Amino acid sequence: MTQAAKPAARPLSPHLQVYRLPLAALTSIFHRITGIGLTIGMLLLVGWVGAAAFGSEPYATFMGFMTSPIGYLLLAGFSFALFFHLCNGIRHLFWDVGLNFEIYQTKRSNVIVIVATLVLTAVSWFLALA
Amino acid sequence: MFASNNLRSPLGRARGLGSAKEGLHHWWAQRLTAVALIPLSIWFVASVIALIGSGYEEFALWLANPINTTALLLFLAVGFHHAQLGMQVVLEDYVSGHALRTTSIVFVKFICYGLAAFSIVSTLIVAFGV
Repeated sequence: MTQAAKPAARPLSPHLQVYRLPLAALTSIFHRITGIGLTIGMLLLVGWVGAAAFGSEPYATFMGFMTSPIGYLLLAGFSFALFFHLCNGIRHLFWDVGLNFEIYQTKRSNVIVIVATLVLTAVSWFLALA
Repeated sequence: MFASNNLRSPLGRARGLGSAKEGLHHWWAQRLTAVALIPLSIWFVASVIALIGSGYEEFALWLANPINTTALLLFLAVGFHHAQLGMQVVLEDYVSGHALRTTSIVFVKFICYGLAAFSIVSTLIVAFGV
């Protein structure tokens, strides 16, 4: 029998456990992760208005939970996810109308999205706790 | 390759069913709700910051303001719609198996619409002070 033909040297797709994802890929997957997180996080908003609809006592109980360390941690995560998804979502809307597709523009918008997310989150928490 | 220069796949041509004529709707609805959520999210964050530390009476009074009632109802309705559209895309991409995929999408949609209905009713109850 003849030996099996050597496979052609085709380009390989990146091996995800070894390949370091570029920043644009990381922001892309993080957009989905924050989207899922925000969907689950909407439960906090539902709990807020829902507790209020049941009266002042359930409202106080809910507020007690939200002002506990776990509540603040959830709020911190929610606010960070919201600002990232908002900023990166605006970037997606630019792409949707065909703008900023060049690689140098994408690298620039990576930085803008990350910096804007951090600044907005920090400013919000400064205003909230000041 | 293809005899004609249209963008149809060979399988699509063999089936001859044509397009489902609703492929754009999901995409468009996701973008439309995304644009609407830009001002609504900013309003929401600003409101939560302003409401920090307020008790039940203050919250009910704030929610009874017609502008706040309207904005919160829009945020809930548009937000859950956007969440449900996004979760559908995520599930379509990552859940394999037709039955499980369809079931999980329907399940998530029901939960999102259920939570939307509950939170909207709760908002109205507090706003009208029933």
